[in-house]
Amino acid sequence: MPAFWHWFVAVGTILFIIWCIWLIGWSARQGPQDKSDADLTGHKWDGDLEEWNNPAPKWWLYLYFITVFWGVGYLIAFPGLGNFEGMLGWSQEKQYEAEQQAAIERFEPIYAGYAEMEFEALAENPDAMKLGASLYASYCTTCHGSDARGAPGYPNLTDGNWIWGNSEQQITMTLKQGRNAVMPALAAALSGDEAIDNMVTYVRSLSGLVEADEAAAAMQPKFVALCSACHGMDGKGNQILGAANLTDDNWLYGGTAEDVRYTLVNGRNGIMPPHGELLGDNRTKILAAYVYSLGNGD
Amino acid sequence: MRHEVIEKSVNLMMVLVVLAVSIGGLVELLPLMVSDETTKPAEKIEPYSPLRLAGRDVYIREGCYGCHSQMVRPFRSETERYGPYSTAGESVYDRPFQFGSRRTGPDLARVGGRYSDAWHRLHLEDPRALVPESNMPGYPWLNEQMVDPELVTAKLRTLKMLGDPYTDEQIEGAAAQVDGMTEMDALVAYLQGLGINRSNRR
Repeated sequence: MPAFWHWFVAVGTILFIIWCIWLIGWSARQGPQDKSDADLTGHKWDGDLEEWNNPAPKWWLYLYFITVFWGVGYLIAFPGLGNFEGMLGWSQEKQYEAEQQAAIERFEPIYAGYAEMEFEALAENPDAMKLGASLYASYCTTCHGSDARGAPGYPNLTDGNWIWGNSEQQITMTLKQGRNAVMPALAAALSGDEAIDNMVTYVRSLSGLVEADEAAAAMQPKFVALCSACHGMDGKGNQILGAANLTDDNWLYGGTAEDVRYTLVNGRNGIMPPHGELLGDNRTKILAAYVYSLGNGD
Repeated sequence: MRHEVIEKSVNLMMVLVVLAVSIGGLVELLPLMVSDETTKPAEKIEPYSPLRLAGRDVYIREGCYGCHSQMVRPFRSETERYGPYSTAGESVYDRPFQFGSRRTGPDLARVGGRYSDAWHRLHLEDPRALVPESNMPGYPWLNEQMVDPELVTAKLRTLKMLGDPYTDEQIEGAAAQVDGMTEMDALVAYLQGLGINRSNRR
């Protein structure tokens, strides 16, 4: 705060306090000082209801003085008078830093202890997994659901189907750096509604949802040309690219003809946001182990 | 002077009340209106882009502030969940600021980048499609209502008049930037820019 405003606040506050003390003292001396010299106000209601102009009770007056002195003490102890920092040296930032430091000292050794454990053992440690569940509830439920079963476009973490892989390294990378699964729009490349329909049927036939007729089966070379770079020659997907396995019954964006058509025509853009900075290394490992345990349980 | 004098003259009482109240205001508010901490933008805080400005006004119109705050307080429990605590310099271009006073839903001060655009679109249209236990209402009409380019231009002009540093080129180009955009586009753009000035999440 510039010097002028520092003095403006400090002097303004002090003068106001002095004025308050004077005002309370002065007004306490006005009017009757005792019940004995109190008089009627002259107000009269309903013919016989009258009002005494009694002095204010003393305890009430003292309350005023107490609040003023409390205020003075507060301004000496805490920041308030312009740039004066207060005798206690308290500040909001320092309080936050102290709170943060206390939490680090208390929790970091716990996190670090778990982080030293071997990944699979960690995933089977009930206490660590309780911690993992609370991390999951804070950071993951909005997309993957509180039951971890996901939503259309947001992977189910409990089904053992790992789009980006389930090794410690792969899950850790997913959590820390996020993922971006890009399925390009192929409407132009497929040229024409009929070709798109046939490709939809062909893709769905890979997992046995439909029987591919002759026209659909004829899309196989197109599949190799357009799709196999990511989904593989056999359509089994590729964890390095986050390309889905098309031969199982797992459909992130839906497996109906309509859904698959939409995916082909418009493409998809699946984003897992990065959480590395938010979580830090140790907690990332605990959460990774928790996610691993979700999809590898019984 | 006896208290009847004040009590029986509404004009005198009015003057004295205004005087008493304004001393507090002068000491508490006036310095904040001229302090650098509260009037200068924090690092990387820019005036709203035309699309985000339109989105900000959708946010206000739909009453999002009724359930969502935009103010991470300096407590560990808040910064763990939401990211670094908010500072005054981050709200200098908010007229009015969106601190809010109630959290039926989560704080949004640092929601930018936490979810994908697609997540926001689906979630705004039908929150329970993604979060079954959510009690947030859906806003499907945002997909159908278009942003009015002329109105956005007028808003930018007004904000410039109030002191926000928009250039003439920015104001001239504003209409083209929001032309053909839905209110959903605008609101998602607004949300995705919230709090991303701080990269260190905590």
